[in-house]
Amino acid sequence: MKRLALIFLFLASPLWALDPSEMLEDPELEARARALDHELRCVVCQSESVAWSNANWAEDARRTVRELVSEGASDEAVMDFFVARYGEFVLMSPRASGSTWALWAAGPAMLILALGMGFAYLRGRSRTVAPQEAALSEAEAARLREILKD
Amino acid sequence: MRQFILLHMITEFGHFALILAFLVAIVQMIVPLIGAHKRWPAWMAVAEPAASAQFLLTAFSFAALMYAFIISDFSLRLVTLNSHSAKPMIYKISGTWGNHEGSMLLWVLIVTLFGAMAAWFGGNLPPTLRARVLAVQAAIGVAFFAFILFTSNPFLRLAVPPFDGQDLNPLLQDPGLAFHPPFLYLGYVGLSMAFSFAVAALIEGRVDAAWGRWVRPWTLAAWVFLTIGIALGSWWAYYELGWGGFWFWDPVENASFMPWLLAAALLHSAIVVEKREALKSWTILLAILAFGFSLIGTFIVRSGLLTSVHAFANDPERGVFILMIMGFFMGGALILFALRASAMEAKGVFGLVSRESALVANNLLLAVSCFVVFVGTMWPLVAEMFFDRKLSVGPPFFNMAFSPFMLVLGLILPIGSAMPWKRARIMRAVRPLRYVFVLALAIGGLAYAMQTGRSLLGPIGLFLAAWVVMGTLVDFAQRTGRGPGRWGRLLRLPRADWGKMVAHTGLGVTMMGVCGLMAWQQEDIRVAQFGEPYEVGGYTITLDDVINKEGPNFISTMGYITLAKDGREIAQLRPEKRIYPVAQMPTTEAAIDYDLARDVYVVIGDRQETGGWAVRTYIKPFTNWIWIGSGLMALGGFLSLSDRRFRVAAGARKAPSQAVPAE
Repeated sequence: MKRLALIFLFLASPLWALDPSEMLEDPELEARARALDHELRCVVCQSESVAWSNANWAEDARRTVRELVSEGASDEAVMDFFVARYGEFVLMSPRASGSTWALWAAGPAMLILALGMGFAYLRGRSRTVAPQEAALSEAEAARLREILKD
Repeated sequence: MRQFILLHMITEFGHFALILAFLVAIVQMIVPLIGAHKRWPAWMAVAEPAASAQFLLTAFSFAALMYAFIISDFSLRLVTLNSHSAKPMIYKISGTWGNHEGSMLLWVLIVTLFGAMAAWFGGNLPPTLRARVLAVQAAIGVAFFAFILFTSNPFLRLAVPPFDGQDLNPLLQDPGLAFHPPFLYLGYVGLSMAFSFAVAALIEGRVDAAWGRWVRPWTLAAWVFLTIGIALGSWWAYYELGWGGFWFWDPVENASFMPWLLAAALLHSAIVVEKREALKSWTILLAILAFGFSLIGTFIVRSGLLTSVHAFANDPERGVFILMIMGFFMGGALILFALRASAMEAKGVFGLVSRESALVANNLLLAVSCFVVFVGTMWPLVAEMFFDRKLSVGPPFFNMAFSPFMLVLGLILPIGSAMPWKRARIMRAVRPLRYVFVLALAIGGLAYAMQTGRSLLGPIGLFLAAWVVMGTLVDFAQRTGRGPGRWGRLLRLPRADWGKMVAHTGLGVTMMGVCGLMAWQQEDIRVAQFGEPYEVGGYTITLDDVINKEGPNFISTMGYITLAKDGREIAQLRPEKRIYPVAQMPTTEAAIDYDLARDVYVVIGDRQETGGWAVRTYIKPFTNWIWIGSGLMALGGFLSLSDRRFRVAAGARKAPSQAVPAE
């Protein structure tokens, strides 16, 4: 039992993310703070949001978010606060600004391109006349027939 | 003593077998290719025994490594770094692939397994095609054998073996590790078969309906395994990581999702090749890219280039090696494609409104959604290299940029699958579905009216799921026509039709699960006092006790919690907090009461200074639908795989094979 206690002492790090002691009294503000936790990245972790991380840094960040929210800061203002200190790396997803426009536009642009190409292909297909059967040797034709026979 | 030495020699034999397999693969890569080019039957015939030998040697080598883990042979560096004598046996065994080197050996073992299967069941293929397929498959093997032997050798010894090992990462000490990676690799690597067929067809210079039929079972199998692998991984994360997330849009997860999307596109477009001899070059391209994304996945997991929660070994040197492998195979295949694709003329002619067009739309949506995931995954790298911006791309982006594609896919699915080949009349396809559509809308509307918040996600999910599932079922029922004997006809429908119905239903069910969970999840975090019940979402939770327990290689703090509803006890929950002393790592073991309608998910936290314990409770509606749906998708794939025409095509009976394709 002594050994047990000793080990617990060494590993007395917070084991899970948000702790009840960190939470705000007001449920509405707490809900907003929690939504913000998901938008912020724990900068000392490997691709985890502040909401889920056990790191001390994330705990501090959660407390800061709650302080700012209690002081009446808007969601935008909280994000700006973090971006000003840690750069945009701290956001789970980048804002659509500057070169990041390309990221947000990539999907829609590709879709339009793909639709255009797909439509052109389909129209081509529906207009062409069936080409002559490619010349298959007798043996090949027999083999193909056999394979395709259900 | 002699016996002791012999047992430890097994590892050396394993190492030797791996080197031999490498040499056999080199022979299999070169000789059949020359044979096929020169039409020398003896040279082509080398491929099959070589494929078998390669598989057996690699299997022996893998077994030898597993043996070293089982007996805890700490003279092996790998075993020392990733195992411990007190670890339960199942994790000693699964620990074989719970590390970079061992998992690479599993990877290459599966490459050789698929190669051997193609040799054993490929009796029906034209000899030149078979020789070329096996040669390309061997080339993939060569690359990865070289990778293992030169950068990640699992058989390296330590000069001074320690008394005990450093234990496996506790998060990996879970039954999930036994099943998730093998299935995932079967999927990843299964796509290498589609790739080999595509490259062989390009070398051969011809793609016809028969080719479509040959390549499709391999793609289907790979897709089924990927589906199972991804679903298992997601479930594992759900119960193990302690907050009940099932998908994080992490680079490593995306790495498995991208090949899945492309494989789904590929198995649909291969139908068009098989039935209608169209979309040939697109299908070839998809086959190449699908495997390309498997390689990218391997690269992402092992290079450490992108930060991820599950990254394996962050070794840039290995990353460069995999990048070279990727460059060689993708570059080579795409150049070949550029040279030869124009030779593949489509034969089938079809109208703008037809099954073919619907499948083209399916392919566009899946391919573009895969592109979105790809861009999002790689963007942090691009932004840093070209714009000098260090940023992250996480779930908020993917949820917003990816989901619309799935929405549209779900919308057109029932209509598309109801359309006939060649030329369809849109009204005729839609008519039987209009009631279903109205009903689905009504269900979505009802959900909107009943829920408390204003969120549209849940209602849209419910509508979409109802539309996809009911639309699929109606379409399936339509196939039998009217009149007596309908049920008999239904049962006699081809397995492929059954597979399609089951898989599409599964997709709808999964969509429901994802939307329902995301929209209606409830979370409660609080300090619980012993014997003081509290309410979460209609459930009463009581913390009865917290005890300390000692496991085989961990120490646990276990909560005793009673879950009740309306005064009636539903379940006893035992959430745990574990500490693994050797690895110096804590883990949380959530306690979950599973149910079709909802999961109650409980996690125990720390003792509070003010008294009581922190307890976290989630009500997670429809969660299990995600995995039930995935299971249905996989089952649908299996049903389709067992269709008679594939069994015939896969060479269940030997056919005369004198035919030689004209060049």
